[in-house]
Amino acid sequence: MKEQVSIRDAVASDLDAVISLDQWAPQDAKPDYWSSVFDHYVRRDKTDRLFLVAESGNVVVGFIIGEVRAWEFGSPPCGWVFALAVSSERRQLGIGQQLFEEISNRLKQAGVTTVRTMVDRDDKLTLSFFRGLGLCTGKYLELEKQID
Amino acid sequence: MKLNKASLFALIAVLELAGDTEKQLSTTDIAQKHGISTHHLAKIMRNLTHAGLVQAVRGAGGGYRFSGNVRRTTLLDVIQLFETLESELDVPHWGSDGDPIIGELLSITSEIDNLTKAVLDTITLATALKNTRIRAELQTGQTSPGGVAS
Repeated sequence: MKEQVSIRDAVASDLDAVISLDQWAPQDAKPDYWSSVFDHYVRRDKTDRLFLVAESGNVVVGFIIGEVRAWEFGSPPCGWVFALAVSSERRQLGIGQQLFEEISNRLKQAGVTTVRTMVDRDDKLTLSFFRGLGLCTGKYLELEKQID
Repeated sequence: MKLNKASLFALIAVLELAGDTEKQLSTTDIAQKHGISTHHLAKIMRNLTHAGLVQAVRGAGGGYRFSGNVRRTTLLDVIQLFETLESELDVPHWGSDGDPIIGELLSITSEIDNLTKAVLDTITLATALKNTRIRAELQTGQTSPGGVAS
């Protein structure tokens, strides 16, 4: 089953709705974190920074954020999706897919032909979601080391 | 990575049946279609039945039907019914105070194993089936949106 939602650019008044949908940022860090994200992605008129929300009956039920990044790690310009959330009551209705397809279209209009994201390898649900949309392992490997 | 025959045949059978959950196919039907051993597949089907991924349908026209969840079952779920996907280093006497070279080699193979599992554990049957259909359409010359990674 697929729920048709309207997808639009986020506006400043979406801040509270977005914070309530976010499951990842610590509760006490949310307002500061999201305020800086809104400053960077909503309050500036840039076509290569995208913050979209999915709306159903005037209620924000999901969001996605991404941008074009160029020459990081030697990579030619490509799209990055770094946040995606859908209301827990509206999962499996195709809302995440519609958000991803819309941001992919916008990124393509911005001139890139590849979109990337990064997901915790233990987060099977999110990994399976992106796999289902056609994403697969890319040419870059994330490396890390404990330095304490 | 080299999958053993049991894992490979199980993946073929599960994907064949999961493509149409109403469809019933006998072991012979599946084996003949994919050119694999009926005898070997029969044993695998019993394991898949025990795991709840397929259901045996008795009587005339019986066979097997998919009974799992295509959107929640991953390729790794199927494979791990038959093998652990752990790399094997033939070093029988290695312990925590053992040869540091062997320890390093074990660490490297463990990293590779974890990456392999991470990939297989995120591809659901639904995703594999979707890509299979797109691949089939491309082979028959039909156009399709999106694509399949080669």
